[in-house]
Amino acid sequence: MKNIFSTRAGIIIVGAVIGIGAALLQYFGNPPNMGICVACFERDMAGGLGLHRADVVQYLRPEIMGFVLGAFVAALFAGEYKPRGGSSPLIRFFLGIFAMLGALVFLGCPWRSLLRLAGGDGNAILGIAGLIAGIFIGVLFLKNGYSLGRSYAQRKASGWVFPALMVGLFLLLVFKVSFAPGGPIFFSIKGPGSQHAPILISIIAGLIIGAIAQRSRFCTMGAFRDVMLIKDFHLISGVAALLVFAFATNLILGQFHPGFEGQPIAHTDHVWNFLGMALSGLAFVLAGGCPGRQLFLSGEGDMDAAIFATGMIVGAGIAHNFAMASSPKGIAAFGPAAVVVGFLFCLVIGLTQRDKISA
Amino acid sequence: MSTKQIDARGLSCPQPVVLVDRAIAGGNIDLEIWVDNEVARENVSRLINRRGMKADISQNGPDIIIRTVKS
Repeated sequence: MKNIFSTRAGIIIVGAVIGIGAALLQYFGNPPNMGICVACFERDMAGGLGLHRADVVQYLRPEIMGFVLGAFVAALFAGEYKPRGGSSPLIRFFLGIFAMLGALVFLGCPWRSLLRLAGGDGNAILGIAGLIAGIFIGVLFLKNGYSLGRSYAQRKASGWVFPALMVGLFLLLVFKVSFAPGGPIFFSIKGPGSQHAPILISIIAGLIIGAIAQRSRFCTMGAFRDVMLIKDFHLISGVAALLVFAFATNLILGQFHPGFEGQPIAHTDHVWNFLGMALSGLAFVLAGGCPGRQLFLSGEGDMDAAIFATGMIVGAGIAHNFAMASSPKGIAAFGPAAVVVGFLFCLVIGLTQRDKISA
Repeated sequence: MSTKQIDARGLSCPQPVVLVDRAIAGGNIDLEIWVDNEVARENVSRLINRRGMKADISQNGPDIIIRTVKS
């Protein structure tokens, strides 16, 4: 069976759909320059569940659930649903934590860094530069034989756990379940967490993007990595499409506001914008995918990816509870410490996890 | 030269691609690569095509075998 989405035209279409979709989701109510941000939305989910108590960023984001479930259904139909796991799960969990800590110093995942740029936020340039720098370090490790080891086939039923969790979260959202007066489940009444498109629009957008991203293997980190590692420009054409089409849609919808100061849910600390995203980029390479890709892989039954995603959600709780997550006012007291510790962790992992597979 | 086998089963991308690229760079062009997922098949095939060869694909139970063919 020919997979049209894995062609060059296919990946460009998928990037365009994500770019247009994200800009439209902003139009329908999602936070500005945050139509889709995997890191931010996982952080909002952590808040909704009460893993942190930053009351402006608490919401169970249907887009995240849609990504996993859309990829799950697409993989089932394509015969690519293959439960697998066992490739250094604990390391991947911590890579997820540190990836999130870095992302919340910058305030965005790779997707949002592109969307911020497409909305005119100049600070995103520092984030994207940092992302590329982090990926470059990761590529050096890959060239020296970095590997977290093989994964192994797992029983068919085990791959259902993460998609089932997403169904459960979706039900908690739809029925606005309250476990105690005031929450959990927490729902922000002000701030970015209170800004969201209608549930139906969000979940449908998530399902569509999840399905086509699973088919196309869309990955922002992989895009830059493949250019540096093997001069393959396949994935990056999808990333370019995301940027261009989000920019065009923002122009049409009046959502383009160029500048550095006063950008929505962003700060202007150039050094830490760069370093935060550099840490994330490195962690993504070591774990084998950007946050979005990890969700799509989770849907396919990749439990190592699901553990990384879980690490990101836990990491969001840590980031806010331990004053590591930035805010529009700037970086938080322990943000720099988080980045330094994260880099140390990633460097040790990169240097020590090597396979002696001769070639 | 005899066929060089690369067992990339269970490895997530880009590792299968890295192994194959390294083998080709080392002068091995007669390769038989074992992978166990579609993504690795697509990525390894794309690399082989870009290195001026063709990829011959066959299925062996749950595994996919990719052989390089001079084009």
